[in-house]
Amino acid sequence: MATEITKILKKRKSVILERWMKNQLTDETLREDLISNEELRAESEELIDILTKSLNETNLTDPDSSDFDHVIEILGGISLSRAKQGFSPRETGLYVMSLKETLLQILQEEVKDPADLIAATLNLSRLIDNFSIITFETFIKGREEVILRQTDEITEISTPVIRVWDGILALPIIGTLDSARTQVVMESLLTEIVESGSSVAILDISGVPTVDSLVAQHLLKTVSATRLMGAECVISGIRPEIAQTIVHLGIDLSDIVTKASLASALSFAFATLKVEVKKVAR
Amino acid sequence: MDRIPILRMGQFLLVTIQVDLYDRLALELEADLVKMVSKTGAKGILIDISAVSIVDSFMGRIIGNIGVMSKLLDAETVVVGMQPAVAITLVELGLPLKGVYTALNVEKGMDLLKSKVQIIEDDEIDAANDNEDHLPE
Repeated sequence: MATEITKILKKRKSVILERWMKNQLTDETLREDLISNEELRAESEELIDILTKSLNETNLTDPDSSDFDHVIEILGGISLSRAKQGFSPRETGLYVMSLKETLLQILQEEVKDPADLIAATLNLSRLIDNFSIITFETFIKGREEVILRQTDEITEISTPVIRVWDGILALPIIGTLDSARTQVVMESLLTEIVESGSSVAILDISGVPTVDSLVAQHLLKTVSATRLMGAECVISGIRPEIAQTIVHLGIDLSDIVTKASLASALSFAFATLKVEVKKVAR
Repeated sequence: MDRIPILRMGQFLLVTIQVDLYDRLALELEADLVKMVSKTGAKGILIDISAVSIVDSFMGRIIGNIGVMSKLLDAETVVVGMQPAVAITLVELGLPLKGVYTALNVEKGMDLLKSKVQIIEDDEIDAANDNEDHLPE
């Protein structure tokens, strides 16, 4: 009985491909904008080729068999590339699901005995379901990789320490401050203080969307560390909403010099360094 | 037996810590410094910790204690040259060293000490002048 299935599938390989392609092309969720028909066809052909090759009587009932390693590899590659191309999970899942439908249609035509048909259908769907789960897992893994890469990039580019003046550093913070980022911010600021011998550091938080008690604590830590190094730290760019939140949360920032804008923080820094900026009389 | 030398520079005391402090050394430094302040009547202490790369909570407390103790003996304490990693560690340990002043390097630390002592002396002179004003003629 089982012999029949694999034989049938191998015999009608080209029919399977044609039908599967037809199914995919007529499907509403087809994304012609993301993948061309030729590419889709090549992908599908490769998959069916490998699948029919590695399928035999013994491993039909055993989806974990090592015979399918190659199939899984190809599926993984397909779903990873789809994750990067921007396919939705549903579209990626349907790709494999539609193969199952086609295979079952073929079986229905070839196997006449109802008992045999049910047994074959069960085996085949178990196998393909397993494949679609694997596809899904790799799809999510691919997405996570994309997210991780972007997070790394953001952390790297988001903490520039600027030398505004001789002895004055500025650090504009953009985005949410979490523990990991505070660590990066603190380290780069302190290192720069040592390198440049600056005595005033301005921490500009106009790009921080929200300040909760945790963010405030991170800010306090940074300010304390700067003070320990022997430099003064000013926090600037406090928006009215943030001032409100800080007071409502009961956070005490009274030990810290805070300024509304970077400009006023800069003039405070000038005053600390006893520097004066004058308009030249002409 | 190691001992950390305490140098006298005019009315200030200068301590440079060149080795990693272990607990007993730190305790001895604390005792020596306080004795020295009371013996010499120093107005300020400058502690250079630029060569210290490891601190623990005990060390942090000792430095804080030195600050508070010398304040009691009318001397200001300035800690200079703290390394970034040390500063981060102290903050994470919850020891922001409230009692001591900090400066980036020895030069700036000296300037800071001088300005602090200057302010105090000015105040004393003012106070003395005020007293004279109130003397009956």
